[in-house]
Amino acid sequence: MIYSCIGGDNVQKQAIVINIKDNVATAITDIKKGSTVKFDVGEHVKSLTINNDLPLGHKFAIKDISPGENIIKYGESIGTAITFIRSGDHVHVHNMVSNRGRGDLNK
Amino acid sequence: MKFKGYLRPDNKVGIRNYLAIIPTSVCSATVAFNIASHIPQAIALPNQHGCCQLGVDHEQTVNTLIGLGKNPNVAAVLVVGLGCEGVPIDKVAEEIASTGKPVDTIIIQECGGTLKTTARGIQIASKIAQDISSIKTQEFPICELCLGVECGGSDFTSGLASNPAVGVASDLLVDAGGISILSETTEFIGAEHILAKRAKTPELAQKILEMVKNCESRAMLLNVDIRGGQPTPGNIKGGISSIEEKSLGCIYKAGRSPINGVLAYAEIPKGKGLYIMDTPGQDVESMTGMIAGGATVIVFTTGRGTPTGAPLAPVIKVTANPETYKKMSDNIDIDASSIILGEKTIDQVGREIFEEIVAVANGKLTKAESLGHREFGIYKIAPTF
Repeated sequence: MIYSCIGGDNVQKQAIVINIKDNVATAITDIKKGSTVKFDVGEHVKSLTINNDLPLGHKFAIKDISPGENIIKYGESIGTAITFIRSGDHVHVHNMVSNRGRGDLNK
Repeated sequence: MKFKGYLRPDNKVGIRNYLAIIPTSVCSATVAFNIASHIPQAIALPNQHGCCQLGVDHEQTVNTLIGLGKNPNVAAVLVVGLGCEGVPIDKVAEEIASTGKPVDTIIIQECGGTLKTTARGIQIASKIAQDISSIKTQEFPICELCLGVECGGSDFTSGLASNPAVGVASDLLVDAGGISILSETTEFIGAEHILAKRAKTPELAQKILEMVKNCESRAMLLNVDIRGGQPTPGNIKGGISSIEEKSLGCIYKAGRSPINGVLAYAEIPKGKGLYIMDTPGQDVESMTGMIAGGATVIVFTTGRGTPTGAPLAPVIKVTANPETYKKMSDNIDIDASSIILGEKTIDQVGREIFEEIVAVANGKLTKAESLGHREFGIYKIAPTF
């Protein structure tokens, strides 16, 4: 956990990466398509151009993610990509699925 | 740190001094409600259960009603039965009375209908209310508190800020020798391996994994994707994409303490420390289970904003979403958005939450209490027959 990245340093950031293993960041402001966002990954500051309008609290990819690859947040899998997700793309229910509680796959 | 509480005959300590009016069936719920509405200290627990329930589902309702009566925030109980329900009225009354608290029973079919039972009930309840009003508060160490941690209407701020801050408060209480209960088994799906690693024994770790597997299996029997029900449409709008993501954020409410035990729904912990209770993710049923298990105060984080309270325990609401705090300050006790805004650390806000728990234990009303929010629901695990 890298909670030191939130709070305490009096810098308003636009996005947070919770764990260095993560391949997504969380927007902590609304972010417009085409804007460049800076965020910390561990000790390193990275920047990225965002490909979609992002509402506050939604996720974007910080690396390219292939279909079938896990989406990692909190350093853990939160599901699997179902399309090719480019770095900077919005990551949500339209391009990732959950791997748990999938009774719909029973048939 | 100390607080002023009410010592019960079983040596447990409450932070409120209620007379609980407990209907043993849906059929006696209105009468129980009518009685309580005449007595300021009385709280009714109207519910839809108590009859035509089978096996473990029946037992769970009985245990929940008993647990609620035993909760240390309850000074005395009036059990209101219909007379022909499945829940054994005498057993409920006797089990609660085993704590040494005053317990009385009235039965509608024996009293002769709604009007006579209500009148008799008010007569009994007003006398009990007067008796318990003379119970004085005394000073107790903080280890006498039993905290339940809950999250509802979650969004991205829950896992990122408010839940970890509540986790700090939970750890402070556990370190001081108190009890903290984490519930909502649905919201362990995808995070159970992390909880299992924190279990004090390998057997306990296995129990946690099994509990989550059973919950997931029950959901999968319905042949649908759990998504949409869990996470909810509001969770999804708030940026949560899967049950795994919701769960990984949810479990931060329990801080970093080792897990000392796993409890069935409404089961009362036998020791101190951090416990996990098997409840659904639905907030009201989850809180009812923890309160029946003895929680005397609840801390409840929300991202989207929710007004729910509970009948027998104060519910302290926390949000780290600045917009939600602005929109719903009627309902939110603690604004934790300073974490998201980079003004305060999780640790600082966690300590503020802990201080608020102590203030509420000392009698400060929460917003849910002051607005009369007493949402109540018992978790059912089988159909009614």
